[in-house]
Amino acid sequence: MKFEAPAGSNLFDRSQIVGKSTPRIDGPLKTTGQAPYAYERHDMANQAYGWVVGSAIAKGLIASMDVSDAQSAPGVIAIVSAPDTKPVGKGIANNAPLFGGPEIAHYHQAIACVVAETFEQARYAASLIRTTYDRSQGAFDLAKVAPDAPLAKGDDSKSTLGDFDAAFAAAPVKLDARYTTPDESHAMMEPHATIAAWEGDKLTLLTSNQMVAWAKQSMGKILGIDPANVRIDSPFIGGGFGGKLFIRADAVMAALAAKKAGRPVKIALQRPLIANNTTHRHATIQHIRIGAEKDGKITAISHENWSGNQNGKNGEDATLQTPKLYAGANRLTANYVATLDLPEGNAMRAPGEAVGHLALEVAMDELAEKLGMDPVELRIVNEPKMVPGSPEKKFSDRNLVRCLREGAERFGWSRRSKTPGSMRDGRWLIGMGVAAGYRAGPTEASGAHVKLDADGRITVETDMTDIGTGSYTIIAQTAAETMGVSLDQVKVELGDSRYPKSSGSGGQWGAASSTAGVYAACVNLRRAIGEKLGFDADAATFEDGSIRSGNRSYKLTEAGALSADGEMTYGDFKDDYDVGTYAGHFVEVGVDAYTGVTRIRRMLSVCDAGRILNPLSARSQVIGAMVMSAGAALMEELAVDPRFGFFVNHDLAGYEVPVHADIPTQDVVFLDTLDDIVTPMKAKGVGELGICGPGSAIANAIYNATGIRIRDYPLTLEKYLSEMPAVA
Amino acid sequence: MRPFTYQRAGSVAEAVKAVGSRDDAMFLAGGTNLLDLMKLQIETPAHIVDIQDTGLDKIEKTKDGGLRIGALVSNTALSADERVRKDYPVLTRAIQAGASGQLRNKATTGGNLLQRTRCSYFYDTNMACNKRDPGSGCAALQGYSRQLAVIGSSDKCIATYPGDMAVGMRVLDAVVETMKADGSTRSIALADFHRLPGDHPEQDNVLETGELITAVWLPKPPGGRHFYHKVRDRASYAFALVSVAAVIQDDGSGRVAFGGVAPKPWRVEAADAALGQGAKAVIARAFADARPTEENRFKIALAERALAGVLAEARNA
Repeated sequence: MKFEAPAGSNLFDRSQIVGKSTPRIDGPLKTTGQAPYAYERHDMANQAYGWVVGSAIAKGLIASMDVSDAQSAPGVIAIVSAPDTKPVGKGIANNAPLFGGPEIAHYHQAIACVVAETFEQARYAASLIRTTYDRSQGAFDLAKVAPDAPLAKGDDSKSTLGDFDAAFAAAPVKLDARYTTPDESHAMMEPHATIAAWEGDKLTLLTSNQMVAWAKQSMGKILGIDPANVRIDSPFIGGGFGGKLFIRADAVMAALAAKKAGRPVKIALQRPLIANNTTHRHATIQHIRIGAEKDGKITAISHENWSGNQNGKNGEDATLQTPKLYAGANRLTANYVATLDLPEGNAMRAPGEAVGHLALEVAMDELAEKLGMDPVELRIVNEPKMVPGSPEKKFSDRNLVRCLREGAERFGWSRRSKTPGSMRDGRWLIGMGVAAGYRAGPTEASGAHVKLDADGRITVETDMTDIGTGSYTIIAQTAAETMGVSLDQVKVELGDSRYPKSSGSGGQWGAASSTAGVYAACVNLRRAIGEKLGFDADAATFEDGSIRSGNRSYKLTEAGALSADGEMTYGDFKDDYDVGTYAGHFVEVGVDAYTGVTRIRRMLSVCDAGRILNPLSARSQVIGAMVMSAGAALMEELAVDPRFGFFVNHDLAGYEVPVHADIPTQDVVFLDTLDDIVTPMKAKGVGELGICGPGSAIANAIYNATGIRIRDYPLTLEKYLSEMPAVA
Repeated sequence: MRPFTYQRAGSVAEAVKAVGSRDDAMFLAGGTNLLDLMKLQIETPAHIVDIQDTGLDKIEKTKDGGLRIGALVSNTALSADERVRKDYPVLTRAIQAGASGQLRNKATTGGNLLQRTRCSYFYDTNMACNKRDPGSGCAALQGYSRQLAVIGSSDKCIATYPGDMAVGMRVLDAVVETMKADGSTRSIALADFHRLPGDHPEQDNVLETGELITAVWLPKPPGGRHFYHKVRDRASYAFALVSVAAVIQDDGSGRVAFGGVAPKPWRVEAADAALGQGAKAVIARAFADARPTEENRFKIALAERALAGVLAEARNA
């Protein structure tokens, strides 16, 4: 099915199941420990344990590797070592080398894997491998290399409109500031994990991966085998956040080790390896300049961004939201990527936008201060009619102003003191901050297979994944609604590459895309039923296990067992639109007048993302993203040691993410909007919208509380303690 | 993890005899730190003597009106003890500021005193660390040192002692009771228990091989108002940037110790004496010999402000 025109009225506008808060249908499996996560699967016999060894240097060559002691250690079955293995290929969007050969491109790059009968034997034997290196110099300091960094590869790395320089020079009110954000780790609960098994030339990977179809293609490229011989199965994922979009060392090493050991091998990357072995969000340096009239109307806006990565490829483009959020005739955005020898930077929840907001939405707060305007009003004054950076495009559906106005009303924004440092509660300085949020609402082609059995039950099969987001449930809701059955009549099977290819989970496209694909398959199943029973399915009503067509009526069970494939694809008409999601984020913080410690007191996000398929799980997505944004604002930072070129704090004691005690009351409000342009469901994703803005609202609230503006994240107390008012 | 043999001792005498003069043997209590370090191959004992059956899990009144806390009393039990809550609240507050509920259930009084540093370079066996591998150097000195010591460190090591409980005990003038391998016992003032690194950062404390902590003694209650203020980036389950343990009397005199700043709970008698003159005077004395790095210099100002907050609370009581 091709979506070629705005949706118009359809069955989802009268929905009974889609759009209703629905507990996860996979919840009982998870709470009873029966959900099969990759490392804990027992449906593959004779598993041996693998342990991955990471490089002790960041750049250079392996001079020697002696595995003899490890080889003769108790229980050891096989050892795969880099010097003895020809370099493997690269997977989709994979930048750093994954394994093989003497060359080291980053710290903790996999250099060996020991396979043994038990986990403990593999771990101990791995410690007996003796490796020497020839170290070489590398570039590890973004601030040092950024000034000479070239524009990112690709057409859209620099874009201009009007004459920014002239307009900025002429503007009566100007903001010109630099912001930095650090490298961040996905820090998901479940480590990267895989069980690999070969049967002849056929490879099966029970793994934890957000994008099953990419994983299948990637494994083919990496191992130099026909992707058709690769099966990926990833039904449950304990968090991904973009860190599991791609094949990483767990899957590669498990596959190579299983081949050598001649039996299935399971590997979970040990926690201390994850920060440096896998991917992370790149650090950024951002320069923002905004010129405005005295009434707050922006006349010139520029956002330049620098990040670095292996091979100078694929940086963190923090400018992405800037062409979308605010009006202004004269514009410049530019994205530069330096070459760094740190581990591979890659996608992490709202890549680009999450950290772009940390700069842009503070810049807007600073501009409001200069103008003497309320920061909510400044944003509303600059609400654009057409997409500011691409004036030929229309917004599909945009309600940012409503988000801000409703948010301000609900939050009690009017109680905010305009004078920084003037609200106090005991030893706490109190401040309120606001930020707008924009995150694209993309869709990807997505397919499914839908079966009707003789008892009238529906089974959906698709390689879509559920990374904790609630895919199982919204897919079940969609099938139940379309087929006119109750939710408990629907079974959903996900994550297996033997099922039709879906959108997968990433970039906030999963919910909208995968449900549209399931809808397409259900429409085809309805037609198959119509053909069998002799009615026009497109004109019929499927409801309560029955079908009404004109004055005739059928039971679904009359059709017998039937099945259909379907896929939703998208027409060019979408190119005329910018499909986005929007939010107004409000935060109240307390800053300890003595120690400078910041604690969040209240958070509110008002979201505009079209139809909300399942408000219960959508809220869960948004509050999770708000937490992650709080972490980015207040504590998360992979600390770079530029002498050795690695992230030093590579475990969960050193890399702090928020705990429950850091997060107070969180309110999430969804506007009752519908987006006709996105899919027949009129629904957009929310999983990344919630991380676009709350962190900047926190920064702005700290300013409101203290009058101190910090532009380097995370906003840890040593960066402003010396500016805090003296205490007796 | 290096393969090891395991023995469960039925008494203190049996435990100290089992370790004896073996420097490749270690006692195991709650295991919340030791087992992690073994998994990471930072500690590599060949023999483990589990002391959980040695009966050291009681809190008893002493003749001079204090408490004797058995080495196996869990952090949870100690912090919840009615006598501790009433007479030594600084200790309850310090313990509850540390770790998480699950860890405190398992962690013991003796084991907690022996918690090793959380320096990132100590934890990464690819990096030079004199504490882990004597003579290999210190990668932290010129490295990521935000969390590390500002005072009491040496050119060989700038690790901090990471715990909270001991900081509370330090301000209470606690005494550590031990039994040596030969069955003799001794008492070590907590002030003298942890070592400064000097040229031997591998020695965290003064315990000899085979010497087991059997109890911690608290003198009679000090009275006054008790405070434990821990400053950290997140609200729970994080090590201190700076912590302040203080007992303040009605006349403004008192005692103060600092955590997160040194290789041991940091207390200076001359600083105690300056409490009546305010935080600045105390810090000037307590941190007179500070040698911070660029990254952790802020801890001294932070300690002063944290103490000022404590003193303000004491005044407003």
